[in-house]
Amino acid sequence: MSALKIKKGSSKHSAYNLRPNFSDVQETHTLAVLVENEPGVLARVIGLFSGRGYNIDSLTVAEVDREGHLSRITIVTTGTPQVIEQIKAQLGRIVPVHDVHDLTVEGRSVERELALIKVSGSGDKRVEALRLADIFRAHVVDSTLESFVFQITGTPDKIDAFADLMRPLGLLEVARTGVAALSRGT
Amino acid sequence: MTRQMTGAKMVVQALIEQGVDTVFGYPGGAVLPIYDEVFQQNAIRHILVRHEQGAVHAAEGYARSTGKPGVVLVTSGPGATNAVTGLTDALMDSIPIVVLTGQVPTFMIGSDAFQEADTVGITRPCTKHNWLVKETDRLSATIHEAFHVATSGRPGPVLVDIPKDVQFASASYQAKPKASTRHYQPVVKGDPALIEQLVAAMETAERPVFYTGGGVINSGPAASQLLREFVEATGFPITSTLMGLGAYPASGKNWLGMLGMHGLYEANLAMHGCDLMINVGARFDDRITGRLDAFSPNSKKAHIDIDPSSINKVIKTDYPIIGDVGHVLEDALHLWKSRGRKVNREAIAKWWTQINEWRKVDCLSFKPSPQSIKPQHALARLEALTKDRDRYICTEVGQHQMWAAQYLGFEDPNRWMTSGGLGTMGYGFPASIGVQIAHPDALVINVAGEASWLMNMQEMGTAVQYRLPVKQFILNNERLGMVRQWQELLHGERYSHSWSEALPDFVKLAEAFGAKGIMVSDPADLDDAIMEMLNYDGPVIFDCLVEKHENCFPMIPSGEPHNKMLLGDASTKDAIGTSGAVLV
Repeated sequence: MSALKIKKGSSKHSAYNLRPNFSDVQETHTLAVLVENEPGVLARVIGLFSGRGYNIDSLTVAEVDREGHLSRITIVTTGTPQVIEQIKAQLGRIVPVHDVHDLTVEGRSVERELALIKVSGSGDKRVEALRLADIFRAHVVDSTLESFVFQITGTPDKIDAFADLMRPLGLLEVARTGVAALSRGT
Repeated sequence: MTRQMTGAKMVVQALIEQGVDTVFGYPGGAVLPIYDEVFQQNAIRHILVRHEQGAVHAAEGYARSTGKPGVVLVTSGPGATNAVTGLTDALMDSIPIVVLTGQVPTFMIGSDAFQEADTVGITRPCTKHNWLVKETDRLSATIHEAFHVATSGRPGPVLVDIPKDVQFASASYQAKPKASTRHYQPVVKGDPALIEQLVAAMETAERPVFYTGGGVINSGPAASQLLREFVEATGFPITSTLMGLGAYPASGKNWLGMLGMHGLYEANLAMHGCDLMINVGARFDDRITGRLDAFSPNSKKAHIDIDPSSINKVIKTDYPIIGDVGHVLEDALHLWKSRGRKVNREAIAKWWTQINEWRKVDCLSFKPSPQSIKPQHALARLEALTKDRDRYICTEVGQHQMWAAQYLGFEDPNRWMTSGGLGTMGYGFPASIGVQIAHPDALVINVAGEASWLMNMQEMGTAVQYRLPVKQFILNNERLGMVRQWQELLHGERYSHSWSEALPDFVKLAEAFGAKGIMVSDPADLDDAIMEMLNYDGPVIFDCLVEKHENCFPMIPSGEPHNKMLLGDASTKDAIGTSGAVLV
């Protein structure tokens, strides 16, 4: 055993501590995943993210083509460029996945989200909430003498900004749909 | 053509139409209708295992030795959960397996019924794809699709979960479609522009090396043939992963031996020093690469793989070619020939001179002992006494597995069955049963350690019942050898629970099952004992008592690059070899 140069009693030499020499810049990408609308398909996609340790910032899913049995999953995810590439390749490997589009790199795209925001208050605060809602083009979809429910659509940033403004005015609850996204043009 | 039949009959009918001749399985409540159909036919042979894990490993052995998908039939609940290890093993090693599980009737799903488990939920991450069939109408088409998915692209295990009421109900049988209408059609042809870049790089490379893997085996015998032709024509050296052994013959003049953590010195240093690495159907596994930031620092890397997610997963590639190994090799070879069969002869001759220097280290040398059998010696003798036979080798997992890869030579693909990715102790014995079923007249040997072998020893019943002459070649060191080795090297020689206490008398154990047992402990008796094992027509447990504290070398410690190999005590005597080696 004389040739061994490992420090005895040390377990630092594990392969699992290694990191590849890829860029470690974090990027946020919006992926549009077209999937066969069959039972368990969402579980497969989510299981891939949890099983391989990827992030989900936002996820929306709905059937978009009833005859073709297709659903569209829009995922916003964050990772290094190499992880983003892996995510796309791993998604493409799932049998019921038809197509994976990275809207962040495939030209320009539009991203929208819808939120319902409940605000309670009275007097000036109530008036101020309504005024701000008007600026943000949010609609009142429910009203009582003590509260409003606003419906707002826009980019996630716009919704964040509106919710932040509502906080001191009596923000009670927020429900957001997550991002839906499409590429621009044809 | 449509015919009305029960779901249970459909299962058998679909298997027959898929060309299945053997099913490994174990009956239970939720698959009784299918077993009733199995009873009433003769086209498919059912092999009754003794544990569902054994069924899946046997199917893996069958699949890997034939290239055809292995088929498993088990019941719901525990039948399905016992299959999980085998499914994961097949997923990691890309082995095509179709597992059919029974399920409680559809109207009881979700009620915590007897022997109910969420089988598709449990097996979702350990299958390539799985299905729960809720209507008999869909059953035959789903089974056909399952075979398509298991065998196309990167092969893998699939599972079809069939509730009992679906087995009883009748519907019309749908024949196997001539061409799959599904969208799942993986790319097999590589990008011609990238293939051209690779060929151009091969023409000028000074220190090239082929690094091949299980993908060559999975691509079929034609891929191995093309690889051999390419290697011979270019004169490039070739090494292989554990999974790819046999694609290029061990007796071939360009063969460097296996690479990786316990790979050969010359193979690993060639990987470290090359200027063009041609990865054919391997995946830069962490047992291969060692330390990633020091992995083959000065080379351009080509990667041929059918799975896009393998490309750039851990190692950045200069020529990423997505496609089937056989197709890409054919195109590349054709292009290389038509461009005038150019290689950089002078530089490659120098490269071989360097490689031959490394070979002189003789990293597999060991000191035989007159008192005890060295495990390396046992395998060297097994190799000498069996290499001319039509031979299939399985292994369990651990030191013996690495020694088998080092000391046995593989001349053909599909002759080497081992658990590479998952490292499943207990794989080898049931796998050897699957291999012997597929090749009744061949010599099938499972090289095992006593600890691994005990994990699925119940399959002795299967071996004896079907008169399968599988040879269980157990290198018995009364230790969990690889665990013990790591504890010695990395954990201050604190041997926490790494010995085999209360071992059975393997000779009596064999006899209790109605098989033959042979025990050998004296090196002088080894050859005779091996011959006795080979000449016996029936299953044999060969209990070879070996040196207890032998370590497996060469070894790249985890976290070290290829040129920081440990060669062990035997070869450190060769001062020139090792000191020169460290500098390279």
